[in-house]
Amino acid sequence: MPSSNALDPQSPQARAIYELAIHSTIIFTLIFVIVTGAIIYAIFRFRARPGEPDPRQIPGNRKVEIAWTIIPFLIVIFLLGMTLSAMNRADPPPAPSPDLVVTGHQFWWQVDYPRSGVITANEIHIPTGKPLSVRLESKDVLHEFWVPKLTRKMSNVPGQPNHIWLQADKPGTYIGQCSEFCGIQHAWMRILVVAEEPSKFEEWQRAQLQPAQAPTNDAAAKGRALFPTLTCINCHAIRGVAGADLRVAPDLTHVGSRRQLASGVIDNTPANMRLWLKSPQHVKPGALMPDFTLTDEQLDQLSAYLSSLR
Amino acid sequence: MNGMTTIAEFRNAVLDPAKRRHYQLAWLSTVDHKRIGVLYMLTGLFFFIVGGVEALFMRLQLAIPNNHFLQPDTFNQLFTMHGTTMIFLVVMPVGFGFVNYVLPLQIGARDMAFPRLNAFGFWCLLFGGLLLHFSVLAGGAPAVGWFSYAPMSETPYSSTPGIDYWAIAIFVMGIGTVSFGINTIATVISCRGPGMTMRRLPLFTWINFVNAFMIILALPVLNAGLAMILIDRQLQGHFFLPIGGGSPVLWQHVFWAFGHPEVYIMVFPAFAIVSEVIPVFSRKPIFGYEMVAASSVAIAVLSMGVWGHHMFTVGMGRPLDVFFAISSMLIAVPTGVKVLNWTATMIGGRIRFDVPMLCCIAFLIQFTIAGITGISHASVALDWQTKNSYYLVAHFHFVAVGAIVFAFLAGIQYWFPKMSGRTMSEPLGKWSFWLMVIGFNMTFLIQHALGLLGMPRRVYTYPDLPHWGWMNMLSTCGVFFMGAAALILVWNLATSFFRGKIAGDNPWDAWTLEWATTSPPPHENFVALPPIRSRRPLWDIANPDRPDPIVGENSAAVTLPNHNKIGILTFILSETGFFAALILAYLYFYARPQAGPGPKELDVPRTLVFSVCLFASSFTFWRSEVALTKQRRGSMLGWLGLTIVLGAIFLGGQANEYWKLFQTGVDLSTNMFSTSFFTLTGFHGLHVLIGLIVLLTFLWAAWEGDLVSSRFDSAFKAVGYYWHFVDVVWVFVLLTVYILPLLR
Repeated sequence: MPSSNALDPQSPQARAIYELAIHSTIIFTLIFVIVTGAIIYAIFRFRARPGEPDPRQIPGNRKVEIAWTIIPFLIVIFLLGMTLSAMNRADPPPAPSPDLVVTGHQFWWQVDYPRSGVITANEIHIPTGKPLSVRLESKDVLHEFWVPKLTRKMSNVPGQPNHIWLQADKPGTYIGQCSEFCGIQHAWMRILVVAEEPSKFEEWQRAQLQPAQAPTNDAAAKGRALFPTLTCINCHAIRGVAGADLRVAPDLTHVGSRRQLASGVIDNTPANMRLWLKSPQHVKPGALMPDFTLTDEQLDQLSAYLSSLR
Repeated sequence: MNGMTTIAEFRNAVLDPAKRRHYQLAWLSTVDHKRIGVLYMLTGLFFFIVGGVEALFMRLQLAIPNNHFLQPDTFNQLFTMHGTTMIFLVVMPVGFGFVNYVLPLQIGARDMAFPRLNAFGFWCLLFGGLLLHFSVLAGGAPAVGWFSYAPMSETPYSSTPGIDYWAIAIFVMGIGTVSFGINTIATVISCRGPGMTMRRLPLFTWINFVNAFMIILALPVLNAGLAMILIDRQLQGHFFLPIGGGSPVLWQHVFWAFGHPEVYIMVFPAFAIVSEVIPVFSRKPIFGYEMVAASSVAIAVLSMGVWGHHMFTVGMGRPLDVFFAISSMLIAVPTGVKVLNWTATMIGGRIRFDVPMLCCIAFLIQFTIAGITGISHASVALDWQTKNSYYLVAHFHFVAVGAIVFAFLAGIQYWFPKMSGRTMSEPLGKWSFWLMVIGFNMTFLIQHALGLLGMPRRVYTYPDLPHWGWMNMLSTCGVFFMGAAALILVWNLATSFFRGKIAGDNPWDAWTLEWATTSPPPHENFVALPPIRSRRPLWDIANPDRPDPIVGENSAAVTLPNHNKIGILTFILSETGFFAALILAYLYFYARPQAGPGPKELDVPRTLVFSVCLFASSFTFWRSEVALTKQRRGSMLGWLGLTIVLGAIFLGGQANEYWKLFQTGVDLSTNMFSTSFFTLTGFHGLHVLIGLIVLLTFLWAAWEGDLVSSRFDSAFKAVGYYWHFVDVVWVFVLLTVYILPLLR
């Protein structure tokens, strides 16, 4: 099971933050030990014994106080220096044009690759070892893009594009999540970053650019015929089949190739696809996809078709 | 009147239905700072239970992954209400309750400077709290988090009125809070007993005095923001909606410009309590009084310049990120050295481990942890991973519960004897304390790890990722310990009130003036004051062989500044924050290119004419004041009448300007210029109108012949300050809105 442990950095940007964390923690631990040690020392050494008079009434010691103001000040300056350096390593200036555009919606992520033209949702594939310049936008409210092992978090602000660098050292699956409360299903706006060797990434990219796969069985064929007649096409697109370029909802051209559905609520299996289509509000109450009144037959056909769209 | 008899009477009265009615009315109509203090604290305690139950439900939902105990919308309402309740209806009321009760006693005063204003502030709080909770019955509580980020909080995304209830409730509570701040400042400046110079103030008083300045500057900024969101939601403004040219980031700036000073406003009463309790139970004075006092001022000043550290991930740009990192790290220094001062107070002492001291020791260690995680958030790059995660939730709960609630527990056990005449049970207090320590740390320590493992905040459930399950379960278990601690505390309070050991005047052998009177104090607080020559008058009396060094001088006749003057000047200071926020919002949009109407629609020459009328009214008011000092009734009435007429002409001119704009289709909703223009000039006009009503009241009183009392004199002067202030604000508005575009 993949984890999103920020203390297990898998990119140069995340590593810069991690190293800052380690160095800071050493300083913080020292401070904590000294202060708590003094408190515990005081508790044991200076407990009142019955009948004792009040002790010497020391009002203070100006020299000591000046020293213990200057030393923390110097510590703070040192921490600031380390912070500035980590900021520059974790967040260099953006490239002139983005490799990837991630747009936040309630409650899914729209993923566009401007150079190649790939359009997908929620699952981001990247080639390993190469920093990608990512533009973050939002179509509605504030969202926040966070994949702890790979990069800093950054808000998706409607009307104000933001930027991060996204990179992975090694192939693997890296998970993340929206971290700015964005509404009823904020909890299920998960991110899957799949990092692959460049050659495998090229393969994936090629597959994503193909038009929608032709159906190979009867149920799927019926599903393909059914799709353009339903209201699905008001929000969703299957390139080459139906649906305007609206981007209101995830692009379905290769929905079968993704590992999860509904931004991470359920795994992408034919059974789950049917479950989702039967009642999105049951799986993810509050999602902007309403429940439809589809017959069992229609559900079988549609889910067979969509699952086949690899 | 003997305080002890009154309490005994009170206890009998509670059990006697006939007498109960009398006391109910007495408490509902009280203007006595001691009773108002108790009302604040009881209100805070009640809402603590409410907020605690909200937290319990949330943690039950989060105990296991993929849980369906609560619907997502219910959970989202719960965390919004939990945060709002705990901050505005628990921490602030309890803190202010302590100040209300103790501060006038500590400075040898009879009451707060403005007793009726004091009561007003409390009732604003209670009304606000009820209004906020009424939302549950009126379409649902708000579900956007306690800081209500835009555009989520705007109508397209939150169509039920929960947020409107929230905004209006907090607005009302904010007015009550500002009035409390004004009262505190006026009390400390104008109501000190003989010999109580500013340098001899106990730290509890000083720290809360400094806190009052933060209150009067920060709360009005919040109110400006709340006005703006209400204008967006109800009057189709666009302050924070991108689609109308507005900016979600502007909301964050306005909110956190309030929000950051707010967290210091919450923690200062805790610092104040701990600065009293630790010395008394270590049997030594505070180590470094001057530095603790000065560092409080430093924090208050710096707190106005750190708000951007809540926005490190919103994309402010590197220069602003760095600026706020620097200011936020700097503020850690005066905050941190206080911990060293408190610890040094213990060293060399004779420490008594009564419950108040136990709570302070827990405070020290937990606040140290909170401060350290706070510095990690000031470090921008670290914040880029930890913000909006459970690590942040752990940090602020270590401040709010680990520091503030524990300090309040110390304060309650420490001052309960003074307030009720009986001490609380030590054994019950110790049970409560240890259950609270265990429960609190069990719940919140592990949340640091959860955040570092990638769990964001404000999620109603989560997937079964490695370790998330057991960590959340552990966190939930801690809640039960805290709940038990709270129940024992309530039981302790109730039984001690009726059956506790009689306390006497000074059960802790403490040294500040509240212990120089009976427990509870009589209505007028003191029968007589002891001589005050140092910071610890009662220490000097008990230890004539080694009194404290004399602080400052005793000048023979000290006339403290008039409380009306201080009150109105403080009120004016609070209004500067409000108008500054509105002017800055106007300028924010002025700087961006926008289509539609702009300053060119304004008729500057005509506005200048009406402005001259308003400025002239300041002159005529001054003439009226002069006539009053010479007791020339006719002259005074004439000039006052002229002032009112000139003010009314100004308002008429403004109304005319509004009318002309409406006719050409320019109203609040047209574009960002119009929204910010009408908001800024509208609120100014409202202040002029209120001023006119007050002036008319004075005209009427003067007409009836009430010119001779000195109260009238200082009150009239106070109104003068307000009226001149309204003029000064108009100078800024005139320059910004009408003149500035002409300079382009």
